[in-house]
Amino acid sequence: MTSPGYGVTLRGVTQRFGDTVALDDVDLEIRPGTITGLLGRNGSGKTTLGSLVAAFRRPTSGEVLVDGEEPWENERTAPGVCLVRESGDVLDEDRLRDNLDFFAGARPTFDRAFAAELMELFELDPKSKPSKLSRGKKSAFGITVGLASRAPLTILDEVHLGLDAPSRYAFYDTLLADYLAHPRTIVLSSHLIEEIERLLEDVVVLDRGRVLLTQDADSLRAEGVSVTGPQDAVDAFVAGRTVLGTQRLGRTTQVTVRGVLTDADVARARATGLELGPVPLQDLFVHLTDPRRRDGVVAAKVPGEGALP
Amino acid sequence: MFDGRDPVYLQIADQIRQDVLAGALAAEEQVMSTTQYATTFRINPATAAKAFNQLVDEGVLYKRRGVGMFVAPGARERLLAESRESFFADTVDPVADAARVLGIPVEDVVARLRERAAHLDATTPTTGTTDTEAAR
Repeated sequence: MTSPGYGVTLRGVTQRFGDTVALDDVDLEIRPGTITGLLGRNGSGKTTLGSLVAAFRRPTSGEVLVDGEEPWENERTAPGVCLVRESGDVLDEDRLRDNLDFFAGARPTFDRAFAAELMELFELDPKSKPSKLSRGKKSAFGITVGLASRAPLTILDEVHLGLDAPSRYAFYDTLLADYLAHPRTIVLSSHLIEEIERLLEDVVVLDRGRVLLTQDADSLRAEGVSVTGPQDAVDAFVAGRTVLGTQRLGRTTQVTVRGVLTDADVARARATGLELGPVPLQDLFVHLTDPRRRDGVVAAKVPGEGALP
Repeated sequence: MFDGRDPVYLQIADQIRQDVLAGALAAEEQVMSTTQYATTFRINPATAAKAFNQLVDEGVLYKRRGVGMFVAPGARERLLAESRESFFADTVDPVADAARVLGIPVEDVVARLRERAAHLDATTPTTGTTDTEAAR
């Protein structure tokens, strides 16, 4: 089996833009061969991270490693790293056909036949120019270039903005099938966490330039539990646990806690008439990056935060 | 699909266990590959692989190198024995609890169980035996 893709390591990486600190002393590991979700709110540092890894810039300080080497002006790693951002990262005034010629020349792993398949899937006309495309079509072309490049490290940063739901699902299915046939490292960044979470093996959450967590997606999912029932019983059950959020509706309370429940916990919850439910990754993300929470205000102490879903 | 409380891989493992229990997957039968699971259910292949590894650890599945995953001989019998052990705690006790809350006499619950069992005896072949042929 050939190499399953490039891994990424960041050690103490800081990136400043004037007075703004986009990344603040970041340590990070992206495992080779995984589909890793890079999640964060707007301005959390995701795009900066992408530019550093793709060697579009050098960090203010710290070390970035791609497949064990510094990517900056690195002739070995450069053809193997493909970053596609919302803008598409393509040649705006050249026909799509000429764009494909260009990328096929720049990347040894580029697959022209697969690119043609994707062009057809997304109904893209090879004679049109990116600058003349709708937002959705432009995104589709960025995806076409990103996937057909088959780069050992492919970073797709909000590439599916503007795509309608059928096209997004076509993208997810194609991504997964192609990843299975050609294993490599894919970093996927999206605000549509609900849609992509099942595709992910690992999750990195950035918040205000720092790494909030890196974890495998399955264990992260197992860590969020919603506890619903009468207020007193819920309060007793969650005492001493990490409470991420509280919602009250009449006499019923629903609390989201972080942490793995033991069998004894589950039995105790059942015995006291509490209902345990799943917490989608998206909700966990919303709770974890809640500004009130990160500023030290305990979410549990904010009463009546809204109705139960 | 797969929207319960447990992580996806536990749900996949559970579904395969149920298929083995119900006889839908027989001993020595090949199960879908991680690749097939991943594309069918649109999940990461590592998630599917975790489910299979768990079932291999439990002795429900075994791996034939280069061929795939198969249902282990005797897997159904073992799962049946385990499920029978937990049946009263997991299934019967909550029924008793709910009946009490609703004020339904336990005799009525028992009568309903007898009725249902008689109906099943009359309409479906016997399941839950260790005879694999009976489940077909």
